Amino acid sequence: MPVCAEPEIPVSIQIELLRLMLLMRRFEEKIIEVYPAQDMKTPVHLYIGEEAIAAGVCVHLRRDDVIFSTHRSHGHCLAKGMSPQALLAEFYGRVTGCCKGKGGSMHPVDPDNGILGTSAIVGGGIALAVGAALAAKMKKTDSLAVTFFGDGATDEGIFHESLNFASLKKLPVIFVCENNFYATNSPQRARQPHDNIAKRAAGYAIPGFQIDGNDVLGIYNLAKIACRRARYGLGPTLVECRTYRWKGHVGPDCDYEKGCRPKDELEDWMEKCPVKAYSEYLIANDLVDAAEIKKLTSLIDRELDEALKSAQAGAYPELADLYRDVYYESTAVN
Amino acid sequence: MHEGHEEKKKAMPWTKVCIDKNEFEAGLGREGLRGISYREAIREAQRQMMEKDERVFILGEGVDDPGGIFGTTSGLGERFGQERVMDVAIAENGITGVAIGAAMAGMKPVFVHMRMDFLPMCMDQIFNHAAKWYYMTGGAVNVPIVIRSIIGRGWGSAAQHSQALHALFTHIPGLKVAIPSTPYDAKGLLIGALEDGNPVMFVEHRWVYDYVGYVPEEIYKIPLGKGVIRKPGRDITIVAISQMVYEAMKAAKVLAAEGIDVEVIDPRSLKPLDEELIFESVKKTGHLLIADVACKTGGVGAEIACRVCESVLEYLKAPVARVNFPDVPTPCSPVLEEAFYPSSTDIINSIKRVINHGRSKESTSQHYYACAQ
Ligand SMILES: Cc1ncc(C[n+]2csc(CCOP(=O)(O)OP(=O)(O)O)c2C)c(N)n1
Ligand SMILES: [Mg+2]
Repeated sequence: MPVCAEPEIPVSIQIELLRLMLLMRRFEEKIIEVYPAQDMKTPVHLYIGEEAIAAGVCVHLRRDDVIFSTHRSHGHCLAKGMSPQALLAEFYGRVTGCCKGKGGSMHPVDPDNGILGTSAIVGGGIALAVGAALAAKMKKTDSLAVTFFGDGATDEGIFHESLNFASLKKLPVIFVCENNFYATNSPQRARQPHDNIAKRAAGYAIPGFQIDGNDVLGIYNLAKIACRRARYGLGPTLVECRTYRWKGHVGPDCDYEKGCRPKDELEDWMEKCPVKAYSEYLIANDLVDAAEIKKLTSLIDRELDEALKSAQAGAYPELADLYRDVYYESTAVN
Repeated sequence: MHEGHEEKKKAMPWTKVCIDKNEFEAGLGREGLRGISYREAIREAQRQMMEKDERVFILGEGVDDPGGIFGTTSGLGERFGQERVMDVAIAENGITGVAIGAAMAGMKPVFVHMRMDFLPMCMDQIFNHAAKWYYMTGGAVNVPIVIRSIIGRGWGSAAQHSQALHALFTHIPGLKVAIPSTPYDAKGLLIGALEDGNPVMFVEHRWVYDYVGYVPEEIYKIPLGKGVIRKPGRDITIVAISQMVYEAMKAAKVLAAEGIDVEVIDPRSLKPLDEELIFESVKKTGHLLIADVACKTGGVGAEIACRVCESVLEYLKAPVARVNFPDVPTPCSPVLEEAFYPSSTDIINSIKRVINHGRSKESTSQHYYACAQ
């Protein structure tokens, strides 16, 4: 795999990228393990195969930078620093979950880490990120907003309306399109006449880039430029990352058996596994060795096992919680 | 097409509600009637109408994929080709407009949405365009479109994937709303909607997709605005909407054992509403409960209760009651979901409160409050 590495990426960051990718991968694999027990009663949209994108982008982000994600949210949240335990407890419908059991897998939230919530309405988060970028600008901070969304979302009007507004107002927002070539089971060519989402940016005077979505260092370098543009007040950037999801649209299974897509296409992409390619790159460049990767993986596994155990041990909400948090109650005294 | 079919016959297999295939086979099936599921009934209606009328076509996200919208469009892509079973981009408002424009220009589109939650994306085109066009043009251009959407969730789908928004659409003059509960009605009403000439919101409930019932093989049409009595009774009228019909039937069975004779009415469409059927029933029973699969405030129950008060108030012996989702977004957690979705138990408890109201008069307001909860 061609990896466009800039020599100056600090080793610590290169290792952090690996850790994030392994964390996302193992997190989803844990879900695959526990899901058949049917205790995790929420639809899961797994991120396996797309980890390089969240890692390469989020590693640049500060705590006060904001992200908006989609139904396929797990990877983004983990990469932005969210606790696996808060996510898993949420998926188990526990009151200890990040949304107190109200949201499930499609709506994680962690305001302290710049995750203001997640929309499962396709395209919903794109405008919200533009709004967060507007707030950052109005508040005169140099924080930025990132919105992750799929190839499918770029056909929604909200995508175009958001790009137009963000460009006009030069807002600090990065549009990260994860083009996995499918929306549910619908291939990109059935929905889009032209396979070049990045080019749509030009219509709104926004720089648009297309990049290998499995190349974590390439994404890292591009995201660095996009972040700089945002923080320096130069406006938005659109990044189209070309990747592939390994599992079905929703749930822990593969979907080629059901005729949703060709098996050899999946196998080709599995060959291009972003985690494997990056591990090999790091080993080849003497930045880590196989034993260290193994150790890192087992540390992550231990952390995830504990998170899982503690998530499963969490209490369920009480029935009265059904009626709580419908409306914000102002606590301000005037 | 046998219109008026319903009125003609006395024994009415098409009003019968079967909870599952076994119940169908033990009853109507033994009489040699054909039983198919709700999902098959919808598929059959579309297939037959597409064969009969080349203006009919289907569009929607995933209509041609292996899942086939929970099986309701499976095989239709192969049968009619991609031009008439059209997968579309995720662009609901725009595509709604495209479908409406096609309808204005002489086609009969069926636009399908996997979940009703995606309809808010289409509101502008539905509310401001489809609903208004015929009137606004002085009757010059009508919009024969059917918009199918599916309600009824679970498995922690949470707030954005489990809404039932049928009441919103009843508020808009120019739209019709059909909400079938049985396979027979699913087929007949879908055909009725396609022949109606107006924009029709067609609301399906996912939990009843596997329920089997009598469905004639030929094309038949149920006109919008005709309800049906699922079970006659003397003591209380339940107007049960969509999947609540099944819960109401279960409740009626339990209450029969306790000497309460329940009449179950399935309005089948909410706009137009068969209010005469409801009024006649309330005149007989003097008690009314409306069970719906949606939140309470501003819901269909409010409209039905109000119409009863406007027209036959003097027959009511107790305050009207409603069984609904609570007025909160749908939660994810299984324990909250369990409490969120009402069942026959809620209907039974509510009915007992209504019936007992007349019997223990001492604190009307308290009872009324309890009923309203
Ligand atoms: C407005 C809206 N329409 C339809 C859906 C149903 N739906 C959920 S995910 C999805 C596909 C999204 O594809 P894409 O944006 O490419 O994201 P991916 O799942 O591939 O990551 C669809 C159609 C939805 N959630 N919201
Ligand atoms: Mg996609």
